Amino acid sequence: MVTMTLAKALNAGLRKVMEDDDKVVVMGEDVGALGGVFRITDGLQKDFGDDRVIDTPLAESGIVGTAVGLAMRGYRPVVEIQFDGFVYPAYDQIVCQVAKLHFRSQGRVRIPMVIRIPFGGGIGAVEHHSESPEAQFVHTPGLKVVACSNPADAYAMIQQAIHADDPVVFLEPKRLYHSAKADVDESAPPAPLWQSRVVRPGSDVTLVGYGPTVSTCLDAATVAAEEGRSLEVIDLRTLSPLDLLPVHESVRRTGRLVVVHEAHVTLGLGAEIAARVTEECFHSLEAPVLRVGGFDTPYPPARIEDAFLPDLDRVLDAVDRTFEF
Amino acid sequence: MTHPAMNDPVDPVFGPPPEQTPDPELVQLLTPEGERLHHPGFDADFSPEQLRGFYRDMTLVRRLDVEATALQRHGELGLWAQLLGQEAAQIGAGRALAPQDYVFPTYREHGVAWCRGVDPVRLLALFRGVDQGSWDPAEHNFGLYTIVIGAQTLHATGYAMGVQRDGLVGTGDPDRDTAVVAHFGDGASSQGDVNEAFVFAASYNAPVVFFCQNNQWAISEPFERQSRIPLYRRAHGFGFPGIRVDGNDVLATYAVTKAALQRAREGQGPILIEAYTYRMGAHTTTDDPTRYRLSEDVEHWKLKDPIARLEVYLRRNGLADDAFWAEVAAEADALGERMRRECHALPDPSPHDLWDLVHAEKTPELAAQQAAYDAHVASFEEVH
Repeated sequence: MVTMTLAKALNAGLRKVMEDDDKVVVMGEDVGALGGVFRITDGLQKDFGDDRVIDTPLAESGIVGTAVGLAMRGYRPVVEIQFDGFVYPAYDQIVCQVAKLHFRSQGRVRIPMVIRIPFGGGIGAVEHHSESPEAQFVHTPGLKVVACSNPADAYAMIQQAIHADDPVVFLEPKRLYHSAKADVDESAPPAPLWQSRVVRPGSDVTLVGYGPTVSTCLDAATVAAEEGRSLEVIDLRTLSPLDLLPVHESVRRTGRLVVVHEAHVTLGLGAEIAARVTEECFHSLEAPVLRVGGFDTPYPPARIEDAFLPDLDRVLDAVDRTFEF
Repeated sequence: MTHPAMNDPVDPVFGPPPEQTPDPELVQLLTPEGERLHHPGFDADFSPEQLRGFYRDMTLVRRLDVEATALQRHGELGLWAQLLGQEAAQIGAGRALAPQDYVFPTYREHGVAWCRGVDPVRLLALFRGVDQGSWDPAEHNFGLYTIVIGAQTLHATGYAMGVQRDGLVGTGDPDRDTAVVAHFGDGASSQGDVNEAFVFAASYNAPVVFFCQNNQWAISEPFERQSRIPLYRRAHGFGFPGIRVDGNDVLATYAVTKAALQRAREGQGPILIEAYTYRMGAHTTTDDPTRYRLSEDVEHWKLKDPIARLEVYLRRNGLADDAFWAEVAAEADALGERMRRECHALPDPSPHDLWDLVHAEKTPELAAQQAAYDAHVASFEEVH
């Protein structure tokens, strides 16, 4: 058992996979000597060499596109996109190539690539450094999308994503990189990657979050408990495929569901979850499924990002509103 | 069409505009009139058998192209991208490959596919809408057709980076050292991905040969819309050599590609070959080139036909007898007949299989959607 930050857990997970499989290569801007702008790849180039930890030219489409070629040659590339807002130059390669090659080739070509994206806001950054583009990738058949929310998951999930034979968009909650610290048992058998998890049981309202909003939901549950309300919190972990079985089971007990994400509300994950839960749990629902998320505006200047991001008050307000129907 | 800037005076501070004319030197070993030239850098001896092989390949892929175009006109294919006029560029580039080399094509490299042993019927299946590419890339060392313009040049570069990591560059073993070819066209040269591929390949000194068939037209946009300098010179700005070869001359295309591949295999890095040719047909069967180009241009290029010049050379030098011409003609007829027959016989795929192809590991969500579709289909069977 070792106490680690989320950043350190990702670093340790990457190191473990690279030790186990010499076909795993890490590539991206500044991932070498610098260790990445968030230091997630710290020390890896020193230990594994610049053939396996590849500093790239500053071109995201080039990074993902060359990673496709490396994958076709039998490698397992782990690509770092420096910030969420910089993924768009690679969007064509991700959507048209990475996602479709298995389908187009009738399964003959596999792209076991992991695209790591630090996502979400709350770090006081300039424009394009705080976004949550996950819905665009979830909406793309052929990709799998996961988001970690704590160090233990980060350590296990990055390894599982790299072992997967399908392309995985791996979302990392950047504002928790160096603040979330927890004990990580490196020898513990990991939970299955494609499963969501109840992280706090409760009986009155179900809260669903992923990535950075899991801690917001847990905080909300703590406060609500003081007010005598029992909130069940579910960490989705996997966004594509969505594992909503625990959500359905929970909603059948609570009758109330609030989905929390930083991404824009319209056509975000919450919309899809609301549709599916309505279909599966229609007769159990005591209130409409409510969504708490980023507004349908571009991400705002940092001085007012707290107003944009779902916070404790907005989550608790939504919880209250589920009792008004 | 004259670009306005072509008449710019020399700028007193920045100097002259990029050189526009005269036409740069073209590597040519066989003139349009069928005369054999010698070139100091790319002189090569071709055996009569090799020359007849080029003729046979080009004739058969032209027949393949004509037959596929006819199948589209008959409603058997949804679309066909014609290679007419580009046979020499593709056969030269395709026959220069070593077995271990790997090719990333666009959607028009039917001649290269031929050289890599991909059955022409597999190409028909794609354009018929039966599948999106049904050959095994690993079996033929020939990637799937890529329709997003230029995307495959990055895949080629990454694949070449993999070859480097496998230690298969510069070993000195001709059976192991490996190069990669990225095919693209003049239109693609404007794409960001192609330029990023140049940057990555140069930065890592990757063993990739960028093979651009400049067929003068990107659908209706003339080459002048893409570049103000000859394309091969773009390479210099990225830090590797570029060369322009007569793309209608199979001997020159073969010799230049072979040398470039060898150079890449030895570890000397990327190179750009501009195969200067002309798209004699339409962009695809949906296109109408009479709306945007002059028939005189097409007539001019007819005189440079890649197959005719080799036939002249073979006949003039007595390198093929009547039996050979008859044999190739019969082979072309048989190919055409087989393509028609097997195209008609291609079975439609089953919608049931769609969900099986999305991932290596199928998700429960997709399995559920598939089951719902199957139940929907079955519900009609019960009614009847």
